[in-house]
Amino acid sequence: MTDLLRVDNLSKRFGGLLASNALNLQVTQGETHALIGPNGAGKSTLMNQLSGEIAPSEGNIFFKGQNITSLPVYERTALGIARSYQLTTIFNGFSALENVMLAVQAHQGHSFHFWSSARKEQRLREPAAELLARVGLQERANVVAGGLAHGEQRQLELAMALASEPELLLLDEPLAGMGVEDSLQIIQLLEALKKDHTILLIEHDMNAIFSLADRVSVLVYGTVIATGSVDEIRANAEVQKAYLGTKQEGQRFQHA
Amino acid sequence: MQPPPPKPSSRFAAIPRIPPGILLAVITLVLALFPVVAYYIDTPFYVTLLTRIMIFAIIAISLGFILGFAGLVCFGQAAFAGIGAYVVLIMSDHVRNGVPLLTWPFTIPSSASAFITWPAAMLVSALAALVIGLIALRTRGVYFIMLTLAFAQMIYFFFVNLDAYGGEDGMRLHDRSSTAGLLNLDNHVVFYYVTFVILALVYIFLRRLVDSRFGLVLRGNRQNERRMAALGFSCFKYRLTAFVISGAIAGLAGALMINHGKFISPAFMHWVRSSDIIAMVVLGGTGNLMGPVLGAAAILGLEDVLSSYTEHWQIVYGPLLLICVLFARRGLYGILTGRGGDND
Repeated sequence: MTDLLRVDNLSKRFGGLLASNALNLQVTQGETHALIGPNGAGKSTLMNQLSGEIAPSEGNIFFKGQNITSLPVYERTALGIARSYQLTTIFNGFSALENVMLAVQAHQGHSFHFWSSARKEQRLREPAAELLARVGLQERANVVAGGLAHGEQRQLELAMALASEPELLLLDEPLAGMGVEDSLQIIQLLEALKKDHTILLIEHDMNAIFSLADRVSVLVYGTVIATGSVDEIRANAEVQKAYLGTKQEGQRFQHA
Repeated sequence: MQPPPPKPSSRFAAIPRIPPGILLAVITLVLALFPVVAYYIDTPFYVTLLTRIMIFAIIAISLGFILGFAGLVCFGQAAFAGIGAYVVLIMSDHVRNGVPLLTWPFTIPSSASAFITWPAAMLVSALAALVIGLIALRTRGVYFIMLTLAFAQMIYFFFVNLDAYGGEDGMRLHDRSSTAGLLNLDNHVVFYYVTFVILALVYIFLRRLVDSRFGLVLRGNRQNERRMAALGFSCFKYRLTAFVISGAIAGLAGALMINHGKFISPAFMHWVRSSDIIAMVVLGGTGNLMGPVLGAAAILGLEDVLSSYTEHWQIVYGPLLLICVLFARRGLYGILTGRGGDND
């Protein structure tokens, strides 16, 4: 198997703080790779560097063998990277369908059409409706996105990410702020998605990680201290010490 | 997970609502029939006033388009219109003197024809918007406002120092643009209808535009720029295109303006005049294209009525604007139709 994404010696300084510290990470084609670590370990900072919103201080990022370290966000999207955000990032004023239509349009790349109505265009509506159905939102297509429930907004965000037919999905806490039922639905959805996509996800819900992830990397103080299968990570003494902590803390974490 | 509660109804809930389609039909009908009515009740002055209102409505709509749908608060709209006016003026002036517009490096003959000078006005204003946009659109928010303001002042001082064409005192247009004998623009009613048709065409064009793929990108970018980039849009070129379109439309309005008043001075291009245009858009209601038309009508109409009572009409106008901004955030369009933007 080849590396779809490779991160080489990535460092990011915010003043005196090293948010990424000579970080190395490989994401293999086809795998679902989970990124775990305590708060402040630099997980979201890493995500933002991968998607292109933050420029690293040092180091390189390779996607499909190409150095993408200095590419802007939209060019990385064109190469096949899509992402969701920790805090839901959608177009609140558009309907769910229009949100996805805009994502489809971005992928089709014909945006200098000035005259014909985009809302009536079947070339946008049909793929958008299919994507909504794929994440289970077909019933809510015409609801204004700002009025959707939190869980539905996360589903919508996934549908938008999928519109670009990405090879790599970067998911920043897809289960954040969700109740049990919503979580189960998203986990089911992610299980379906992992068959077709390489996924790198940050998640705090250990149950979700254990059921979804092929491999897990543990991030502490901006560095990956261990990478391995779920069982390897669970058994890793260093991880337990640095991250899961004492047994008591570990239990508390399970409930978090 | 409960969806957020519906927004509380407007404080103007007691006022009967007019559906936007009917409001549009009423405005169109009033504007289309007004000269006929004015003829019968013998108030031709109001034809001139309404022509002026429609010209400002075109400038306001060009700003309402980028302000409401692309989130660009531009303090240079009057400057774009002024450029358009000067282009028509200068080209026509050269015809009177018999001097070509340009002799080196190539010859550009001058012309007084509306078919040449009006598109030229649009072109030059669009070019000005392109240059300003290339720089200003790299910034956001307050910085964008400050940059457009700075450019507007530069244009203002350029024309103040343009002594060949009146300098600070401005200059008169001797004759209205010719139309190869098709229309007699000197006739107030004919000129009224020319303005009306142009306003209607601009409205239809922008109405289609904001619903098109291009418009969807603009509106998405206004709502969430970060997500647009993540979707794969590089938004600069779309914002720039919108800015240039807006500048061209303002330039066309400028061409109408110089023909209407037969006079232009740099005072019109001062940024304070641009802020008047912003007031029209905000008072009328942002996020839709009818608002600017309503705003232009309200402010210019009010100016006309109030200034017949007192020279200091702004004493009344100021507080009125204040009340409107404080209590009717969605503007006249919002009060009349009960809606905000057509679709954010």
